[in-house]
Amino acid sequence: MATSNAIQASGLGHLSDAARKRLRRKARIDVWFERTLFAFAFAVLLLLGAIIASLMLSSWPAIQRYGLDFLTENRWAANVEVFGALPAIYGTLLTSFIAIVIAVPVSFGIAIFLTERCPGFLRQPLSTLIELLAGIPSIIYGMWGMEVLAPLLRTWFPTVFPAGTGLTTAGIILAVMIIPFITAVSRDVINTVPAVMRESAYGLGCTTWEVTRRVILPSVKGGLVGGVVLGLGRALGETMAVTFVIGNNLFLNTTLTGQGTSIAALIANQFSESDGTQRSALLALGLILFLITFAVLAFARYLLRNSTGRHA
Amino acid sequence: MNISQTPLYRRRKRLNQLVMLLCQLATVIGFVFLFAILFTLVTKGIGAISPSTFVERTRMTGGGLGNAIWGTFIMTCAATLIGTVIGVAAGTWLAEYSGKGLMAKVIRFINDILLSAPSIIIGLFIYAVVVVPMGNFSGWAGVLALTVIIVPVVIRSTEDMLRLIPNSLREAAAALGAHRWWIIVRVCYSGARAGILTGILLGFARISGETAPLLFTSLNSNQWNLFDLGSEMANLPMTIYQNMTINAFIPDLVALAWGGALILTAAILILNIAARYFSRQRS
Repeated sequence: MATSNAIQASGLGHLSDAARKRLRRKARIDVWFERTLFAFAFAVLLLLGAIIASLMLSSWPAIQRYGLDFLTENRWAANVEVFGALPAIYGTLLTSFIAIVIAVPVSFGIAIFLTERCPGFLRQPLSTLIELLAGIPSIIYGMWGMEVLAPLLRTWFPTVFPAGTGLTTAGIILAVMIIPFITAVSRDVINTVPAVMRESAYGLGCTTWEVTRRVILPSVKGGLVGGVVLGLGRALGETMAVTFVIGNNLFLNTTLTGQGTSIAALIANQFSESDGTQRSALLALGLILFLITFAVLAFARYLLRNSTGRHA
Repeated sequence: MNISQTPLYRRRKRLNQLVMLLCQLATVIGFVFLFAILFTLVTKGIGAISPSTFVERTRMTGGGLGNAIWGTFIMTCAATLIGTVIGVAAGTWLAEYSGKGLMAKVIRFINDILLSAPSIIIGLFIYAVVVVPMGNFSGWAGVLALTVIIVPVVIRSTEDMLRLIPNSLREAAAALGAHRWWIIVRVCYSGARAGILTGILLGFARISGETAPLLFTSLNSNQWNLFDLGSEMANLPMTIYQNMTINAFIPDLVALAWGGALILTAAILILNIAARYFSRQRS
């Protein structure tokens, strides 16, 4: 009886039997409380394992049948049972790349404006607004892209965007979607720079841009890149903002503005009407998407590990 | 010579003005886009909303969104309840018991990955492990998919908030003879309650707008389904999605989709503001 020995050793030997029993019961609760909590925490670990295992198991028939051709075949033709992931992978990577190219300068610009130049009375409202906008569901962005942005692009640039929809349109929508997110992370990261560093640089006669460029950005580089990569992770896996505007062309189209598809959009469009090999091939696409985002997110966490900007 | 007249000084000043102008331009561009979206949402959505929108079920002609709003509400609440139990328990272990062990590091890392995992993958996962064995799409599958999405949010906020409780409080309670679980339940939770609630509320807001995980789990339905989670459950995001795609040839349904989008966004913004209000109360 380790517990009762401990009680006696700690000078509680004078307690009545009933009191001792009560103490022992509470000590037992202590042990089981921790075990229960640990079981729930461990379930998170199992969850990730279960996600990967179930995707692998259910996509196995397609992987077995197509092997590496799955990655190199340049069309997704369900009627002849030819399934190539290349158009979808190309679309996913290209739209996310366009989104990052547009979103990063704009987000950094907003973050620098908010932290360095914004008049005090505007700072809090604008920051709150940015955070609120980051919560808008992604389907809203997709609807806006289809009903407003695509027709606008078609009327303004009919030669570049003959249909309005396409890979670049999807990239622009993704950019608008991740701008609030990257801005919020960057602003938090920049705010961690101690005021003393800013003040000493200003004291030397630096301009605002020089303070930002030479003092602030270098000291929070890791956090900023981490925030951008987190935004990239969002763009890669986004379904609803993309499905409406990407054009759903299932043949590889290596242009920038043409119509295409992305992994998430392809799954969303075809999964419910598929079965057999097609369903398994779609699950294999899901596995590829998960592995890509896993790598990207792990990289982001590695970069953000020393920064306080812990964001969703 | 006055230093402000030198070419170097003027060049630095001009560069500074140029970059700051670009930053302001970026701010304007960013907010113009975001306001354009909100503007479209309100102008297109407000006309489609009437009292009957909230009480009538979805139909091919006319009808409302009542069953979809109810379904979203039920599934979101159920997922939040389950997610709160799992998330608070796991978050408590990470904050109070894990120490600096390898296991805690791994679990924290996995949780960070799950926090940003693509939601359509979660849908595929639940489809494979719940829908296929059960044989039909169901509200429960939708609830579980949403649970997988909210759990990492709750874990993160629980852990962060418990870490804000000063150790001296725990030590004081221990000195009075309280057991560890008692300290956690009575001292730590009561201190971190507002923060944890904020996290749960933000998670609730996030999953109520998720579409992708419901595509292959709860699907959608145009019937009233009050509590029968064993069969397909109508929900707002899926109704919006279907009205904008397969039903897009019916103008009434597209208009209704915009109405639903406005209701959904307004609800989520209000939840976010409420969460903000909660966390301000704390500090």
